[in-house]
Amino acid sequence: MPEVTEIRLPGVGVRHEYATSDGERVGVVSHRSGRREIVVYDRDDPDTCRFILHLSPEDTRTLAELLGAPHLSEALTSVQRIEGLAIDWITLPEGSPFVGSTIGEGRFRTQTGASIVAVIRRDTPLLSPGPEHRFQAGDVSVAVGTPEGLAQLRQLLSG
Amino acid sequence: MTLVAAVGGDAALVFVEIGVVALVLAVLARLAGHLGITAIPFYLLAGLAVGEGGIAPLDVSAEFISLTAEIGVLLLLLTLGLEYTADELRQGLRGGLAPGALDAAANFIPGLAAGLLLGWDTTTAVLLGGVCWISSSGVVAKVLADLDRLGNRETPAVLNLLVIEDLAMAAYLPVVAALVTGRDLADTAVTVCIALAAVALVLNVALRWGVRLSAVLAPASDEALLLAVFGLTLLVGGLAEKVQVSAAIGAFLVGLALSGPVQARAGALVEPLRDLFAATFFLFFSFQIDPRDLPGAIVPAAALAVVTGAGKLVSGRAAARPLGVGPRGRLRAGTALIARGEFSIVIAALGAGTENGDELGALAAAYVLLTAVAGPLAAKYADRLPLPARRAPTTPTSSVGPGVS
Repeated sequence: MPEVTEIRLPGVGVRHEYATSDGERVGVVSHRSGRREIVVYDRDDPDTCRFILHLSPEDTRTLAELLGAPHLSEALTSVQRIEGLAIDWITLPEGSPFVGSTIGEGRFRTQTGASIVAVIRRDTPLLSPGPEHRFQAGDVSVAVGTPEGLAQLRQLLSG
Repeated sequence: MTLVAAVGGDAALVFVEIGVVALVLAVLARLAGHLGITAIPFYLLAGLAVGEGGIAPLDVSAEFISLTAEIGVLLLLLTLGLEYTADELRQGLRGGLAPGALDAAANFIPGLAAGLLLGWDTTTAVLLGGVCWISSSGVVAKVLADLDRLGNRETPAVLNLLVIEDLAMAAYLPVVAALVTGRDLADTAVTVCIALAAVALVLNVALRWGVRLSAVLAPASDEALLLAVFGLTLLVGGLAEKVQVSAAIGAFLVGLALSGPVQARAGALVEPLRDLFAATFFLFFSFQIDPRDLPGAIVPAAALAVVTGAGKLVSGRAAARPLGVGPRGRLRAGTALIARGEFSIVIAALGAGTENGDELGALAAAYVLLTAVAGPLAAKYADRLPLPARRAPTTPTSSVGPGVS
């Protein structure tokens, strides 16, 4: 990973900058209000930007998802700091016995102690799915539990 | 109905008058928004129009408006304090002292000199120096955001300079407050020392205990938080005024003390309130100006605007240079800083009671009118301004050369 520099903007927020492998300098201005701006610097005059994209907090989430970093992970990193608690992403394979059945029918929590806190289907996360959520092949379950419980859950789902 | 009692006389008429004025201000604020400039110059012009000798004089009790105007000053300073975190202040102080000092020299001294040249007493001249010194952080921050310059390399330098100026205000305001009330030199010196010691103490306490204060306020509902912050601001402001430190600084320190999520929430809650009261403040300021003083003020104001506009170019250049910013960026930094606004008026308002206070008021109003309009325009077209040719070849980034942007 290239070096990312952090620059404070008093009263506004913070700016992060780095150079891409192509040598483009890219910056992200994070406003305190949650707005973001993506800027690309001019190659000839590195003091100015030749491209600016304004993003609302929601646009930022969408873009983050599209770039392959589910925004969910940001919220989950705080959970990961709890001793003994783990998170796992488990993809439901084509041949799993649970394709077509609901979370409730699987009785996963009763069996493993792990909870499914989100299901990501085709890049769209569904937060806190209810017991009535019906699995499709390819669904990615985000589960929280003890490492042992998560291992059991993975085994169950994979069939 | 204490409010009506405070208003005095015929409440119905007063409401109608205030209502009409507020509606006029609303139209002006919209117009300013359309033109993409701050509404402050328009408020000042409106104040002139409704003042004595203006085109539509109002006869509202001055006591009522002056109280709302005073609250406007407190809220302006409170929101200024809310802008910055304690960390940003410490960092700004570490790296920004040298450009800050140059900024003071290049802008305060011309103002002071102009005051003395005009034959004013020293206190009023010192106030004029302050009027010329402090850029409007509200206008500058808005200009940078509107022109999409937040990503630019010179921008942190500009914002840091604003932090330094605002901290310098924390020392300057109590000093001039003491000068204004002071009688002889020894007396003034004592008052100044007390005031500065009080500011240092409170600033220290604010930075150290701010987290705890914020933690106490954090669980409050929006309503309770708004009332708590408003009450705290008036209380601390009033106490500061009692020990002659200037109420505005008390409010500034309250803003600084709040941190974390409470800071952001309080900022959002107080903002509409500030806009309302601050509009009254600007209106009231020029309301008191005698229009007959204005013609005489225009020439010195324009001259000062030119000199201190150049002064800000010097400040911007000095602040941006250490960051490795090229000549073009340094010019952008300087032009962004030209706009003066709310704080120049706050400072000039302190001098209302001094010997040359009336002339200072007229000069400050004309000066702010000029710089608040010309500053953002200069910033906008900074990339098209010609660069001094001899400076261009000194840095590698200037290979683009003048005129190319």
